[in-house]
Amino acid sequence: MIKNISNLGDAALYCDFGNDVNREINLNVIQFFKNIKKSNIPGITNITPSYNKLIISFDLNITNFDKIKTEVEQLNFKNEIVNEGNLIKIPVCCDIDFALDIKRLEKLLNLEKEEIYKKFFSKKYYCYMTGFIAGMPFLGDLNDSLYARRLDTPRVKVPKNSIGLTEQFCNIYTFESPGGWNIIGKTPLDIFDNKNNTSPNLINPGDTISFFQISKSEFEKKYV
Amino acid sequence: MSENYFEVLRPGINTTFQDNGRKNYYHIGIPFSGAMDNRNFVIANAISNNKKNSPVIEFALQGPKLRYKGDKVYFNVTGDVNFQILRKNKIEEGVCYQNLVLENNDCLDLISTNRSVYGYLSINASFKIDFYLDSYSVNTKAEIGANNGKILQKNQIIKIENITKKYSLNKLDYINSKIENIRVIKGPHFDYFSKTAKELFFKEKFRITKLTDRMGIRLDGPKIENIKYTNIKSEGLVKGTIQITADGDPIVMLSDHGTIGGYPKIGVVISADYDKLVQIPPGSKIKFKEINLKDAETIYKLYEMETQNLISKTK
Repeated sequence: MIKNISNLGDAALYCDFGNDVNREINLNVIQFFKNIKKSNIPGITNITPSYNKLIISFDLNITNFDKIKTEVEQLNFKNEIVNEGNLIKIPVCCDIDFALDIKRLEKLLNLEKEEIYKKFFSKKYYCYMTGFIAGMPFLGDLNDSLYARRLDTPRVKVPKNSIGLTEQFCNIYTFESPGGWNIIGKTPLDIFDNKNNTSPNLINPGDTISFFQISKSEFEKKYV
Repeated sequence: MSENYFEVLRPGINTTFQDNGRKNYYHIGIPFSGAMDNRNFVIANAISNNKKNSPVIEFALQGPKLRYKGDKVYFNVTGDVNFQILRKNKIEEGVCYQNLVLENNDCLDLISTNRSVYGYLSINASFKIDFYLDSYSVNTKAEIGANNGKILQKNQIIKIENITKKYSLNKLDYINSKIENIRVIKGPHFDYFSKTAKELFFKEKFRITKLTDRMGIRLDGPKIENIKYTNIKSEGLVKGTIQITADGDPIVMLSDHGTIGGYPKIGVVISADYDKLVQIPPGSKIKFKEINLKDAETIYKLYEMETQNLISKTK
């Protein structure tokens, strides 16, 4: 549950669910997000769930901090949305041309790359949040023998559709972007479809993701 | 009816279609976008007699040069902009905040903004552009909005429709005031910083560097020393959030910002100062002033009243 609500500037609420990162707290954040979305509290312009925080932006011409805070606190919270989300399968090609940091990881983790991939592909991942860039999913948790720190110097451009690892998390770079995660492969799937005007995101918070390996020729087939 | 359009002879540095932006997509990684300087955006539409949130062309520092083809159309430019209209036999110096006319083959040269960043071009007609996720606003990072999510390109065509034939003498006497002090409400991680750093933050000047665009402003000044964690578990951001990077430099999130971030938030710029902040050009220095929430709300109400008052004066 929310531990504390404070203001983030003059046009947003900062709802704090604690400092731990785990599925239980995050499901709580997502439930709050869904409840507030349904509530139609006037003036809300954006709701941003993350691991353990929920930020609610509002229009100062319509409402203000005290009003929204009271409305959120008095919300008739429904604990109904505990479904598992969707299960989404993502193909990944681990060809050395795409696995930009696999050598670094072999050294850092003291594991052969076959081991790394075996561990990576054998788990299902939970989507904590999406964002930073459009549609980017933050997934976890990795097998703890795969925990690695970020690159010391982030890349200026991580290629679009790269799969990256850092700490207990993995993600997919939905667009070319700067970034410091360890890149282990690439998917031919577009995770954010900017032609889709209703639900451009393939992966949403609460979804479960499983990755499966494809060869380079399969990857290229899907690209043409 | 003949076809009416602009031909882009020079695209300018960062010229995009913008309206009042998109709401309710932060959770999928899509920021507000929209016109950076909202006041100048709404004034432009008021002078054009357009609907309040009609899309306009926003340009930064150097604007586009456009050749017009078609039936007579009225337009206006807002901001602090140096521009010319190149007509058949003469060059006319442009005046901001009033309706002017473009005839077939005239060229509109939006040369530059003066000691400011953003300017706006509104027409008494509509641009024929695409709408995506509730808005025309271009977001070049997600490649969405009008113009396939791209900045204006050289030689492209901008189609125009629904031209208003009647001239309206809407104008406004307005000078964009400049500010140096930016008012800030303390952020949730204010106490991540040393006592000296907190004092420096509200005492010293910071320079707006060239690494500044619609996504954010990177500042240069005294290093803000973090005594707790230089990274936090990523969480949501809002327009005006000031994060301190691991190197101790402040970055201010602007309209196209990444929706979540992992640096501690030292503060948030108040809503009333946002339009003025984005207009301060790189190279200038700013100073942060601490303010409480209640005062920020009052100042915003006054700012909004002033904007409404300016709108009513255009007619």
